Amino acid sequence: MKAGVVAVQGAFPEHVRSLERALANNGHKGSVITVRRLEELEQVCCLIIPGGESTAISKLLSRHGLHDQIVRRAVEGMPIMGTCAGCVLLAKEGDDEVHKTGTELLGLVDMAVDRNAFGRQRESFEAPIDVKGFDSPFPGVFIRAPVISRTWGRCKVMAAHSGKIVMVRQDNLIGLSFHPELSEDTRIHEMLLGLL
Amino acid sequence: MPFELDMSKLRYGTDLVKRGFAKMQQGGVVMDVTNAEQALIAEEAGAVAVMALERVPADIRAQGGVARMSDPAMIEKIIDSVTIPVMAKCRIGHFVEAQVLESLGVDMIDESEVLTPADPFYHVTKKNFTVPFVCGARDLGEALRRIDEGAAMIRTKGEAGTGNVIEAVRHQRVIMGKVRELKGKEEPELRTVAREIQAPFYLVEEVAKLQRLPVINFAAGGIATPADAALMMQLGSDGVFVGSGIFKSDDPARRAKAIVEAVTHFDDPAVIASVSKELGGAMKGVEISTIPEDQRLQERGW
Repeated sequence: MKAGVVAVQGAFPEHVRSLERALANNGHKGSVITVRRLEELEQVCCLIIPGGESTAISKLLSRHGLHDQIVRRAVEGMPIMGTCAGCVLLAKEGDDEVHKTGTELLGLVDMAVDRNAFGRQRESFEAPIDVKGFDSPFPGVFIRAPVISRTWGRCKVMAAHSGKIVMVRQDNLIGLSFHPELSEDTRIHEMLLGLL
Repeated sequence: MPFELDMSKLRYGTDLVKRGFAKMQQGGVVMDVTNAEQALIAEEAGAVAVMALERVPADIRAQGGVARMSDPAMIEKIIDSVTIPVMAKCRIGHFVEAQVLESLGVDMIDESEVLTPADPFYHVTKKNFTVPFVCGARDLGEALRRIDEGAAMIRTKGEAGTGNVIEAVRHQRVIMGKVRELKGKEEPELRTVAREIQAPFYLVEEVAKLQRLPVINFAAGGIATPADAALMMQLGSDGVFVGSGIFKSDDPARRAKAIVEAVTHFDDPAVIASVSKELGGAMKGVEISTIPEDQRLQERGW
């Protein structure tokens, strides 16, 4: 089996490394590939949309037809995880920044997101995060991070920080506003593989 | 702050957070802009960040005089106009300009040889700041000295404002060549290299093991076309800065978008061919040998 990481822009090499370690930890046989073309998307059985700039990633996904095919695969049930910018793109509703920049959301998860909710880069931080089902806190790295301002329908809250939702799950989809690929902890990547 | 945070558990400005910011820029294009209108064109094209400055390097080169940090009012206007990160330049060693840029909320500071250096002895001690820095380098020793001072990102110096990619290629090849030379060396050999290139041993050892710089490394200084950008990516850059190359060309919006696509699809010649069609004229450019050595920006810093 092949796991995929969208590699049009953003922290994809870090996700590839984390997924490779998670595969080894879970005893899965398989490999990790980067996804920039439709042929590559067709080969994978789960997908990560990384952090980066959501404006840039959304434009690059639309220009080469990946946008529509990711939506199709998600609806068919493929596990997808979006981190930071990737989480913004999974949402059904964006904020003013999303509308102003014409960012085309994938519109998959019953949630609304608020970009750069903690402030600019100088307000970026590290903090331990309690994730539902984990027996110890996860090392959260927040970089110009979004938050999930509202959830409804089938979307379940997995973690909050200072009263703000920072991780959700809806069936085969996981969204988080922090960066598990920047820590050594692979539990969140293993959670994605657990959905297979 | 928009809401209450538990300050006791939060850590700001750590290496992980600063280097992490640079990692989010990977596979992206940072564009020089001089006003809000250009910043919006860059954002619309898919830039991952803009570099706010009063004059692009080609104009600084043409006009001469002392080049300093840009007007804070102009930087603020650009910060207010786009949602992507905004970078700005301080002079080499001018830590007060850096303090001012940090207080404005700039997301990354470029301690840049494009501006006139302010300190004849030292670069800024970048570890003292919460905001991350990017610095230029021509070789591995220079890159590692900057990282030791706290730089969270490196870029090739190239020769800014020339539209001529040869110096960026030179610096990238020199850095990557040295990285490859370190492979398989034993500790005493690495100590000798550290002395030779005037870099801290712990960083030389880390580079030997990683077989790359421990921070993100972009190309800069002379990139003018989609093919230039893809060339730098194939040579191992993690992304590119385009300075004068976009807004000194005939059709900045189209060229900006084309360079963004060329960086993402850097290994797909068909995509590069398609985005390079009918872009209009690139910036005219300068042959490096016509620039007297004492006027080459890459010679600034050490």
